[in-house]
Amino acid sequence: MTATSVPSQSTGTVPESVKRPYGLLRHSLALAGRSLIKVRRTPEGLAHAVLIPVIFLVMFVYLFGGAVSGNTKQYLQFIFPAALVMTVIISGIMITGVSLNADIRTGVFERFRSLPIGRSAPLIGSVVGDLIRYVISLVTVFAFGYLLGFRVETGFLQALAAGALTVFFGFCLSWGYVLAGVVSRDAAGVQGIVTLTMFPLAFGTNMVAPTDTLPGWLQAWVKVNPASHAMEACRGLLLGGPVAGPVMRTLLWSVGLLAFFMPLAVRAYRRRT
Amino acid sequence: MRYGFQAEALVKRFGTNTALSGVDFAARPGTVLSVLGPNGAGKTTAVRILATLLRPDSGTAMVGGVDVVRQPARVRRLIGIAGQDTSVDEDLTGAENLVLIGRLLDLRKAEATARATELLERFELTEAAGRRVATYSGGMRRRLDLAASMIGRPSVIFLDEPTTGLDPAKREEVWRMIRTMAGDGTTVLLTTQYLEEADTLSDDIVVLGQGKVIANGSPDELKQIVGGQAIQLRVADQAQASEAAAILAGVAGHAPDQVGPGVLTVPVVGDAAFTEVVRQLAAANIAVTELSLRLPSLDEVFFTLTGRHTAEPEREQEVAA
Ligand SMILES: Nc1ncnc2c1ncn2[C@@H]1O[C@H](COP(=O)(O)OP(=O)(O)OP(=O)(O)O)[C@@H](O)[C@H]1O
Ligand SMILES: [Mg+2]
Repeated sequence: MTATSVPSQSTGTVPESVKRPYGLLRHSLALAGRSLIKVRRTPEGLAHAVLIPVIFLVMFVYLFGGAVSGNTKQYLQFIFPAALVMTVIISGIMITGVSLNADIRTGVFERFRSLPIGRSAPLIGSVVGDLIRYVISLVTVFAFGYLLGFRVETGFLQALAAGALTVFFGFCLSWGYVLAGVVSRDAAGVQGIVTLTMFPLAFGTNMVAPTDTLPGWLQAWVKVNPASHAMEACRGLLLGGPVAGPVMRTLLWSVGLLAFFMPLAVRAYRRRT
Repeated sequence: MRYGFQAEALVKRFGTNTALSGVDFAARPGTVLSVLGPNGAGKTTAVRILATLLRPDSGTAMVGGVDVVRQPARVRRLIGIAGQDTSVDEDLTGAENLVLIGRLLDLRKAEATARATELLERFELTEAAGRRVATYSGGMRRRLDLAASMIGRPSVIFLDEPTTGLDPAKREEVWRMIRTMAGDGTTVLLTTQYLEEADTLSDDIVVLGQGKVIANGSPDELKQIVGGQAIQLRVADQAQASEAAAILAGVAGHAPDQVGPGVLTVPVVGDAAFTEVVRQLAAANIAVTELSLRLPSLDEVFFTLTGRHTAEPEREQEVAA
């Protein structure tokens, strides 16, 4: 089969020689843009991610705050940094897995796969879209906290660092839900994993009370739960107190989660699509 | 000879179920090839293999001379596909869907927008362009999906049952577009369950059944094999059905099929048979409420080619359920 010429035709497909550079980056960003349009169209997911921590805050601060620490104001200071961590956890849990799963099932990814783009561009696009979503929900919850009366006791840079650390932690953790979204047969399957993990992860922490006030069996879990370390680190960064240890542990956990879940998720994604 | 696309000895199994067992076909550049077959024949499987979405177990598939298994990325630069199930994003508007695909095909923003506008116009979706696809009717989604497959002006396009669910006017419009594309040099693979559609559009037809090529050739060649046309009539008085059947048998040379109460159909060769049937019916004083000359249905094609009717396990399951 030598190169007998094909009849000339007006094809607009880009020949490889004039292929524009940074394909993977551009395609991933275009796909992240798609995720954000979806967030705007169906804000329910984002609303959940913001409302759950907010309701939680209000409930604990005003219902139990007086009883737990004798002073709601003080209690808000204690609980709010943890609520930020909870926000990204719930953000990741609520949408990442479910929306990815829907994309795979409805054939949207199948169309992407027939296009000359990187195999992982849709996955990256979806994760980058999520990152932006985390930032939006974090800022919203932060603003709400300020309305309630929370104040940063350290400085602007530390607060920024707390935000960045939280988003990074959420990002790394979300790969677990990416994996869940890719391997689950349907949305119900993802929901199952979500409900099973959300409670121990987000609530099995030293969020509402210091670790040493908890019963022994719970203390054991709280001490290993990566979310506790992230909450501890946030407290340190926003209120002062020990920082280096908790931040280090949070980063180690984050990188560990990323290193564990990302290859699994990518492999599963390649097999499934 | 370099083909627009070709399949050689394609085999694909899903577990113990063999979807394709050695399928061959090829289309010259700028022609339309129809794959005609009943449910479960393997049409979609063949299309997905050619479109790099599925790996064959054995055999080769090439698009524009490029092997789909070895160089999928290069193949993706050449093709457009509109799958059997629409694959547009429900949460995006029609326009956003098309622009996104344009961007992923490396069009610049302005180009992508212009191309989307042009295709929306062509598929009569301009009014709905700013609405979420979730609000579209089935036919609108299908048309958007077709538009999506054409964004990159592909040189080879795969359309899996593109007219299923479209009303007759929209179907004609899609047919017109397929002809235009082929005229511009695009090679088209079309799957369908209607001989009429394959007949009006194709240069070549491949009849697929249970993963095998049962027949192939030009529409004319195929019609010669399957009898080309069929006379269908409905008697006004069912008591005269057997008399009418005798007339049809006499003219066609074999017994007609009864497809409904008082409805008889028989394949015939040549238009003269039709006139003869009309004459004999009049002579015998048999009144009919319907009398037509049409292309045989897929089922009739199958029956003629294989002696079996199209096996449709799905339909039986539905009845049983
Ligand atoms: N992913 C899959 N897993 C298991 N079996 C499959 C899969 N895809 C197709 N099959 C089987 O392969 C056979 C051919 O299917 P295919 O979808 O190619 O048929 P088709 O000709 O497109 O039918 P239709 O007209 O219903 O669209 C069927 O028996 C089907 O059950
Ligand atoms: Mg099919």
